[in-house]
Amino acid sequence: MSNVAARVAEQFDDAVQQRESATVGMWIFLATEGMFFGGMFLGYAVYRSSYPMVFGASSQRLDIVLGTLNTALLLTSSLTMAMAVHAAHSGKRRSLVGFLFATIVLGAGFLGIKFYEYFQKFEEHLVPGKGFVFEGADSRHAQLFFSFYFAMTGMHALHMVIGIVMMGVLIVFAMRGKFTAEYYNPVEMAGLYWHFVDIVWVFLFPLLYLVERS
Amino acid sequence: MITDSATATVIETPGRMAPENYLSCEHSARSWLLTTDHKRIGILYLWTILIFFTIASVAAAMMRLELLTPQGDLVTSETYNKLFTIHGVLMVWFFLIPSIPTVLGNFVIPMMLGARDVAFPKLNLMSWYIFIFGGSLALWSLIHGGVDTGWTFYTPYSSTYSNSAVVLTALGVFVTGFSSILTGINFIVTVHKMRAPGMTWFRMPLFVWAHYATSIIFVLGTPVLAISIVLVGLERVFGIGIFDPKLGGDPLLFQHLFWFYSHPAVYIMILPAMGVISEVIPCFARKKIFGYNVVAFSSLAIAILGFLVWGHHMFVSGQSEFEGLIFSALSFMVAIPSAIKVFNWTATLYKGSISFHAPMLYALGFIGLFTVGGLTGLFLATLAVDVHVHDTYFIIAHFHYIMVGGAVMAYFAGIHFWWPKITGRMYPETWARLAALIVFVGFNLTFFPQFILGYLGMPRRYYAYPDEFQVLNVLSTAGASILGIGYLIPLVYLLWSLRYGRVAGTNPWHATGLEWRTDSPPSTENFEETPVVQEEAYAYDEVPEEVSLV
Repeated sequence: MSNVAARVAEQFDDAVQQRESATVGMWIFLATEGMFFGGMFLGYAVYRSSYPMVFGASSQRLDIVLGTLNTALLLTSSLTMAMAVHAAHSGKRRSLVGFLFATIVLGAGFLGIKFYEYFQKFEEHLVPGKGFVFEGADSRHAQLFFSFYFAMTGMHALHMVIGIVMMGVLIVFAMRGKFTAEYYNPVEMAGLYWHFVDIVWVFLFPLLYLVERS
Repeated sequence: MITDSATATVIETPGRMAPENYLSCEHSARSWLLTTDHKRIGILYLWTILIFFTIASVAAAMMRLELLTPQGDLVTSETYNKLFTIHGVLMVWFFLIPSIPTVLGNFVIPMMLGARDVAFPKLNLMSWYIFIFGGSLALWSLIHGGVDTGWTFYTPYSSTYSNSAVVLTALGVFVTGFSSILTGINFIVTVHKMRAPGMTWFRMPLFVWAHYATSIIFVLGTPVLAISIVLVGLERVFGIGIFDPKLGGDPLLFQHLFWFYSHPAVYIMILPAMGVISEVIPCFARKKIFGYNVVAFSSLAIAILGFLVWGHHMFVSGQSEFEGLIFSALSFMVAIPSAIKVFNWTATLYKGSISFHAPMLYALGFIGLFTVGGLTGLFLATLAVDVHVHDTYFIIAHFHYIMVGGAVMAYFAGIHFWWPKITGRMYPETWARLAALIVFVGFNLTFFPQFILGYLGMPRRYYAYPDEFQVLNVLSTAGASILGIGYLIPLVYLLWSLRYGRVAGTNPWHATGLEWRTDSPPSTENFEETPVVQEEAYAYDEVPEEVSLV
C-alpha cells in the first residue's frame, strides 16, 4: 500500500500511524461528549430521585408510539452507517454513497418526528416557561422534567444535525472518489460519531419515555 | 539521541543562526494565519495570551488602586464587581489555562518526542481560531456592559438576577472550551502515536508527562463546564428551571457541576507549570532528576485526584457534613503527589552543581511559593478553618500563591529557558535575573499581607473596607506596583533580544532533550532525520570545565 494511495499527511510516517491516531483521537473526543451529556444525566438522576412521582406522571405525557418509532429509525440508521463503513472498506463507492444517503434519510426522519413531538408539547403547554400548564399535584416539578426533556433531546438533536451535515460532506467526497479501500478514515470516524449519538438515544429513550409505565 | 558525531558538530558551532528555520521560511501574514506548524501556532498563542494577560492585569491594577483607601473613591461598587469579573474570567480562561500548554507545550512537545508535528496540525490551528473567537466574544461583552457575577457565574444570581451580559460572556467561555478540548486531544494522541523510535513512555521528558495529565483534565473536565454554562444560558434565555429554586431546581447543582470542572482546572494551570520546573531544575543543577517514575506518576495522580475534590469549594454552601468530611479527606490526599514533586525537585538540587540563571531563579521561586500556596491549601481543606476564612482574602492569597507564584513564575521560567530555541537568540541574563528578583519580591509583598487580611476577616469582592485594614492593603498595593514593573522589564528586554540578543546556537544550556539536538530556531520539519532515542531523560553530567554555561 503506497502512501500516495492512502493519502498520508506529512506529519505521519505511514497510513497505519495515521489511522491509529485518528481512531485514538476520535475515541477521546467521544469521551468528552460522554462527559458533556453526563452533566445532564447527573442532573436528571438527582431530580428524578428527589421527585419520583411527578417525573413518572410527566413521562406519561410523552408519546410512546412516536418515541418507539424514533428508536427504531435511529437503530436502523446505525445499521446503515455500519454498512457504509463496510462498503468503504471494500472500496465499493456506489454502495458507500447509497448507505450514507440511507443514513441521512433515517436521521432526517428521526428529526422530523422529533420536531412534530416538540410541536405537540407546545400545543399542550408543556414547554417550560411562562406558558407552562400541567394538571396535577406538583406542576412546578413537572416543569423540571420537561426542562430536562427539552435540554437533553435538544442537545441530542443538535448532535444529529451535525452528524447529518457530516454525512452530506462525506457523500460529496465519496462521489469525487476521495476514499479508497486503503483510505476511508473520515467515513469510519463519522461512523463512530453516529453510533455514539445513537447510544445516547438508547439511554434517553427509557429515562424519558418509559418511566412508571407498567 | 543523535549519533555522537552529530552532537559534536552541534556544540562546535555555537554562534550560528540556523539559516533555514521555521521563522525565516516565509514572512507573509498569510503564512502565519494559515500555518499548521506547531511552532508558529505556539507563537500565535504567545501573542494572543499576552494581550489577555495585559488587559486582565490592568483590571487587577485598578482594583489594587481602589483598595489603597478604605472608602470607595476610584470606582463605584458596580464597576469594581465588573473589574474583578474581567480579571478572573480573562486570567483563568484566557491566560492561565492556555498559557503553558498552548505556547510552550505546542512549541516543544513534538520536538521533545522527536516528531515533525502534533498528530492533528489543522485541529491545532483551528483551536487557535476558536480561542480568538471565544476570547473576542468574552472581551467584547466584558467591556461593553460588563459582567458582575465573578468568574464563577454562581446561580441563581447569574441565571436570574444579574442585569449584565452573562450569556455573551458565558458563550465566550463555552466556545473557548472547544479550543482546550482540541489541544487536549492533540497532545494525548501525539504522545501515544508520534513518539520517535526508542522514545519509550519512561524516556519521555517529565514536561510531556505533565501535559499528558493536563490533557486528561482538558478532555474530561471541559465538557462538564460546557454543559453547566449551556444550562445557565438556557435558564436565562428560555426560563427552564434546572437551577431555579422557584421551580424546585437546586442552585447547588450548578456549583457541583461548575467545580467538577473548575477545581481540576486549577490542576490544568499547575501541572504544566510543574512540567516546566522538572525540565529546568535538572538542567541547572546538572543532575538527573530524583525519582523520575514517581514524578511522572504524581502528575497522573494529581489529575485523577483532582476530579474528586470539588466539594471543598462548597463547605459552607449547604452540602451535608458527611460530604464535607469526605471532600476534606480527599483534598488532603492531593497534598501527597504535590509534596512528592517538591521533595523530588529539592532532592535533585542536593549535591547538584547549581547555577543561578534566570530560568533557575524562577524555578526556585516556584518551589518556595508553590509550597506556601500548597500548605495554605491544607488549611482550607480543613473544615473548621475553612468556615473561618471562607470567602476572605486568605483564599485570594492562597490561590494567587499557586496561580501567580506557581503557574506564572513557571511560565516565565519556561519562556526564558526555551527562548533561545524559540528565537535563536539569548535574552540579556543580568536584566533577566534582576526581573526575576523583582517579581519575587513584588509578588510576596502583594500577596503575603492578604493572608493576614483574610485571617483578620476582610472579605473578598468588596470595594471598601474598615479603616484598620488599610496598612496591609497599602503594602499589598505597593507590592502590586513592584510586581507590575517586574513583568514590564522582561517584555522590554525580550523584544530587544529579538534583534540584538546574542546568537544562541543549538544548545546554550547544554541541556538534554531532543529539542536541544536540532537547530535554533528549528527548521519547519524540526529534525533533518527522525532521531533515535537510546537513553533515558535527564542524562546530565556536570558541565566540563572548558564549556561553562553561558
